[in-house]
Amino acid sequence: MNKEAVVYASFGNFFRFLIQEMKPRGPWFTPFNVISIPIILIGVIILYFRFVYGLGSVVNLSQEVPWGLWKGLNVVTGVALAGGAYVITFVVYVMKVDKYHSIVRITVLNGFMAYTFYAGALLLDLGRPWFGYNPYIGNSFGFSSILFLICWHFLLYMLAAFIEFSPAVAEWMHWEKARKFLASLTLATVILGITLSLLHQSGLGALYLMAKTKIHPLWWSEFIPIQFFVSSVYAGLAMIIVEGTISHRVFKNFMEPNSHRSFEDIVLGLAKGAAITMFVYYFFKALLFIHEKQWELLNDGFGLWFLLEVIGFVLIPALMFAFGFKHKSVKVIKIAAVMALIGILLNRLNISIICFNWYADVRYFPSWQEFIVSMTVVFVQIWVFRWVVTRMPVLSSNHQHT
Amino acid sequence: MDRRGFLKTSLVVAGTALTSKKACAQEQRNSEEFVGVLVDTTRCIGCRACEVACSDEHDMFVPDVVNDGALDEHRKTSDKQWTVVNKFETGKGDVFVKRQCMHCYQAACATACPTEAMKQMEGGPVIWRGNKCIGCRICMISCPFNLVKFEFNEWNPKIQKCSLCFERLEEGKKPACVKACPSDALMFGTRLNNLKIARHRIYSHPDKYVHHIYGENEVGGTGYIYLSAVPFDQLGFPNDVGNTPYPEYTKEFLYSVPMVLFGAPAFLLGLNALAGNNKPSIEGEFDTNNEGANDE
Ligand code: SF4
Ligand code: SF4
Repeated sequence: MNKEAVVYASFGNFFRFLIQEMKPRGPWFTPFNVISIPIILIGVIILYFRFVYGLGSVVNLSQEVPWGLWKGLNVVTGVALAGGAYVITFVVYVMKVDKYHSIVRITVLNGFMAYTFYAGALLLDLGRPWFGYNPYIGNSFGFSSILFLICWHFLLYMLAAFIEFSPAVAEWMHWEKARKFLASLTLATVILGITLSLLHQSGLGALYLMAKTKIHPLWWSEFIPIQFFVSSVYAGLAMIIVEGTISHRVFKNFMEPNSHRSFEDIVLGLAKGAAITMFVYYFFKALLFIHEKQWELLNDGFGLWFLLEVIGFVLIPALMFAFGFKHKSVKVIKIAAVMALIGILLNRLNISIICFNWYADVRYFPSWQEFIVSMTVVFVQIWVFRWVVTRMPVLSSNHQHT
Repeated sequence: MDRRGFLKTSLVVAGTALTSKKACAQEQRNSEEFVGVLVDTTRCIGCRACEVACSDEHDMFVPDVVNDGALDEHRKTSDKQWTVVNKFETGKGDVFVKRQCMHCYQAACATACPTEAMKQMEGGPVIWRGNKCIGCRICMISCPFNLVKFEFNEWNPKIQKCSLCFERLEEGKKPACVKACPSDALMFGTRLNNLKIARHRIYSHPDKYVHHIYGENEVGGTGYIYLSAVPFDQLGFPNDVGNTPYPEYTKEFLYSVPMVLFGAPAFLLGLNALAGNNKPSIEGEFDTNNEGANDE
């Protein structure tokens, strides 16, 4: 056989391998599939209308409310929930705490997916996505723009997260040399990733700094960026707990037998971290509130809503995390994690939608199409996530799919 | 942490830092050259000639000013019309007010725009450039007066707002609306000159005007400035925008960016070194403790 034939043959093998891996595995008729497939299909149809007849044909946005559910939920909230990746890589690679090593890959994968799909959601929301390259190439750099910064950070972070995850891809493809090389980049990309996260998590908050007069004073503060950053830390931790719990149910075949025990141990550690950051966040909010003397703002609907968010979904879950850690109660911790996530959702939606233009007579409420498309983005992400998890060595080191 | 790792890290980080190197560079403009329009609402007769002239000039929807009865409602500028005249019933009779983009001296929209599609040209006009705009609408979020409009119902939507007739200014002409105004309610000129005239009018008719030039200090000063006989909040002008130029709100954040980009990695590397060597190496990934994992 001559050289070319060998090359062709190995390419042939490669594609056969890929095609093999593309095939679905496992049963089709699961509750998740039954719900997600129709929604994704409708979502695609809605997107057709969105691109042919314009945003206005499917969304309830207006000249006063330029950003709605897609930005507020998928981008602003989604990115906060993806914060787990930088927190965990910090703990494992920078602080070298080995205990959490087993969840690094899945968390990084999650982060990478989240960013890919939420950047994608951003594209759906852009009025002129065909000019979307402008912040990156050409001479149209808005150096004074927060969004410009975020555009770059999203791209670079996606790259960093992908490199962090890439050893798993190399392992899956049985590229031993590439794996070694990619793994050697880990610390550098981790540090880059953490730095970028620090900036764009807070940057997402900074987007709203110039909306000073439009956001309810209980939510607007010049410290939104810091609040966004701190809350993204515990949002990420809570997300790991919730997502890990689900994974341990759904993907248990892909895990090592004793991983359940060690996961409980990990959850306790995460709970401690979450409790501390949540207390910091809570006291920061409280201090700000007292400093700005906002007592009289509390006695209306928005005031109660604010208290619900800050006490009901920050202070209480924080206490529950602390309680759960002290008494080694994984159950309490899991409930706390869900509540913390609701708190994040409330906070981000409050700033981006609910308390935006709070004094307007006509309030924005997302159309059903917006809900469907938001869900489509999340579902497609879960589909891809599931595909990767069941094929690449993400959850377990020994599970080689040969 | 070995030296190679450090080098790699610093290279990557330096690369990132470059992208935000100029983040803090704020354009210096010559305030003498800064042009704008003085609107004297006491002179406006509500004929809406400016609306028609604007639409003619920019090939947009031309309102039927005689029959459409638009003065009965309070309209906002829209993606169809860059400027509108509204009627307000006040203690001093009906007052007509023309509204359009204020052409802020330090424009929030242009600062927020990631692609410089919204840009403040030399001399003050804030214009929109279609070949750069990605349609993100952060300009709408940021504008303190909500005067940026977006074509929600187009497949290839444009941002619509007053451009101060930038092309006409280039040719040495006045903005179309100013030229059309029959009652001298609109006056085009440098901002300094307009301010002088406005102050003079207030000074010589202290009973006629409120002693406030809207736009003199609001959001750090705007190109369009207004005179009025009644307080401005009765004419639909927001009184909560403050006098701080809007870019100030994000300045601190932008200043901290290069610091974080360089400081954080150094700090992290330090922590990493302090964390000691209790692990063989970061290259171990999963199989540090069972080397036989890749046995095929
Ligand atoms: S009024 Fe709004 S659109 Fe006009 S320059 Fe100021 S910020 Fe920009
Ligand atoms: S919508 Fe266009 S003009 Fe407005 S900020 Fe985005 S890119 Fe700039």
